[in-house]
Amino acid sequence: MTKLYKAFSAVTALLLLYGFCQAWYIAPTEATMGNVQRIFYYHLPSAWVAFLLFFVNFLASAWYLIRRTDGADALALAAAEVGVSFCTIVLITGPIWARPIWGIWWTWDARLTSTLVLWLIYVSYLVLRHYATGGQVPVLAAALGIFGFVDVPIVYMAIRWFRTQHPQPVIGGGQGSGLDHTMWVAVLWNLAAFAMLAVLFVWARYRQALAERALEEAYIQAEGEAQ
Amino acid sequence: MESPVSGIVPAQPAVELHDVARHFGRFAALRGITADFAAGRLHVLLGENGAGKSTLLRVMAGLLAPTRGTVRVLGATTQREVATRFGYMGHAPLLYDELSAMENLAYFASLYGIHDDLRCAEAIRTVGLDPKLERRVGQYSQGMRQRISLARAIVHQPELLFLDEPFSNVDVGSARQMTTLLADMRDAGTTIFVVTHQAALMESVADECMVLEAGRMVAREKGIPERMLSPYAMEARA
Amino acid sequence: MSATPTLWSITRRSLAKDLRLEWRSKDAINSMLFFALLVVVIFSFGFDPTAEESRRIAGGLLWVAVLFATVVALNQTWTRELRNQVLDAYRLSPAPPQALFLSKTIGNFLFVAILEVLMVPLFVVFYNLRSVGPVWQLLVVALLATWALVVNGTFFAALSIRTRSREIMLPLILFPISIPALLAMVDATTSILTGDNSPYFWMRLLAVYDVVFTAVSLLLFEPVLNAE
Repeated sequence: MTKLYKAFSAVTALLLLYGFCQAWYIAPTEATMGNVQRIFYYHLPSAWVAFLLFFVNFLASAWYLIRRTDGADALALAAAEVGVSFCTIVLITGPIWARPIWGIWWTWDARLTSTLVLWLIYVSYLVLRHYATGGQVPVLAAALGIFGFVDVPIVYMAIRWFRTQHPQPVIGGGQGSGLDHTMWVAVLWNLAAFAMLAVLFVWARYRQALAERALEEAYIQAEGEAQ
Repeated sequence: MESPVSGIVPAQPAVELHDVARHFGRFAALRGITADFAAGRLHVLLGENGAGKSTLLRVMAGLLAPTRGTVRVLGATTQREVATRFGYMGHAPLLYDELSAMENLAYFASLYGIHDDLRCAEAIRTVGLDPKLERRVGQYSQGMRQRISLARAIVHQPELLFLDEPFSNVDVGSARQMTTLLADMRDAGTTIFVVTHQAALMESVADECMVLEAGRMVAREKGIPERMLSPYAMEARA
Repeated sequence: MSATPTLWSITRRSLAKDLRLEWRSKDAINSMLFFALLVVVIFSFGFDPTAEESRRIAGGLLWVAVLFATVVALNQTWTRELRNQVLDAYRLSPAPPQALFLSKTIGNFLFVAILEVLMVPLFVVFYNLRSVGPVWQLLVVALLATWALVVNGTFFAALSIRTRSREIMLPLILFPISIPALLAMVDATTSILTGDNSPYFWMRLLAVYDVVFTAVSLLLFEPVLNAE
């Protein structure tokens, strides 16, 4: 644990706390939805952070295929794992929010569905990493990471069109529509807090993945000296 | 490491290894091997099972990337650049069971840009078989399959040849025949690497031998020393 | 008599070799056909629709059946190259890796196309189908959709040969990525069968999907082939 990491953790904790106050006490109660709307302050930042992490996974995967550095692979792994976690939060908070408002847990809404597909793609990425053998996991994973990311815009286009062809009950305004100024402030504070939290997790996982590799090296070294 | 072999050493070694290591997770198959191998000679790689012989051969042939270190083959840093100039015969036959010998060779020759049935037939004759055989390779005896496998490795007339256990499951007669063929090729200027645990078969033709133990090079000598010849030599050393 | 091996000549040679192997062993096509027949029969037990309904669900059923049968064929593609480690012989040669990928993809495309030619009549008979829209559009959709399935399928099958329990691995990584293509082929087919919507957006999407993933596959095949 470096000093920098500790300081970063402390700032993140403070931000999370402040974001919590913003979301629960400062932002006004939404007129029609009531208090359940406050889940939005976690739902939206989680989604943005997840998408950002998938983008990081893509960049790290491409970098790995070009340079073959352990660091790039560790970053790709960390970004995918943390990204899937945040994406899971989105998929859980979505229905909790939808149930009292729309009266249904799930709807094949364009954003929800795209997020679900994205989640499936990156879970399959983690499954591949788990099942691949030998020292070449990074190459296979990097290839799948690139495929996954290239698929994102296609998924989004397909699902938007799918929605226009299959009209569904009107479910009220979009998520961002008619947001009060103070609500935006709460969103942005929580976004900052969640982004810091994601960096913290990715950082820890990245270091852990590199440490794992260093341990393997050390094991081989020690075994070699013992002979 | 200075080559102990006397005589004229050509300016360009056929293969240069510098600190080559290959790990598989927590298993180190090769632990830093540095060596030059002179061109135009027959090198024998000896060692127990799991000593890293086959891994080393696969690294030299470019089938496995080293975890650490550099490999230069025929002066090139990537084997792909010199792919037409070397051949490799694997532990497995590297042939399609459902195709005949000629069909196999015609396909693999085409990968090297060779579209000439005569050359394929010539390679099959070189290893002592009849190119007109129409049986599928899957129905061949192990010895015949090994020979076709050798024919596949030499069909593009490489100047460097890697052979992984070429005599496994081959009868003594065929093995002798293959050894003679290898000696002839060496005399014609081909550099040959043979991984084997049957050192005795190579005794009369080997120029140099290198012994691996647990991923390290433990000995390099001219010819094959007496102590390596008994089938239990490896165990006795340990 | 030696010329530098070109992409196209190697692709042709490898494809001819694969077709010959398949002709002699019939590994892929038999299991794939029987599997597809089973799926069609089981589906027709599971759903007993009227003519009107069947137009709306046939697209989905057909493509899901094709998808499952494709996975059976895809698993065979590279298994054949692993026997006797014959893939090593290709990797050693100066032949371009992309040629191997293209030959496998074209081979799978042919197998799946044959499967569709045999399966569509079964669907027509079992579900009493008659298309409202023009049939040539169905043909275009079938070509684009089949390529979409096999191009990624062939790539991911190559990926999964380096994993444990590879036969399970392939659908796990192939299906999520293929969702937009599946959505497009199912909806395009349904649009044509019912005549309710225009299938053009879906056809364009499939074409984009094909072009993009063919390019990505060709770009990334070499590192995957040599990942050992």
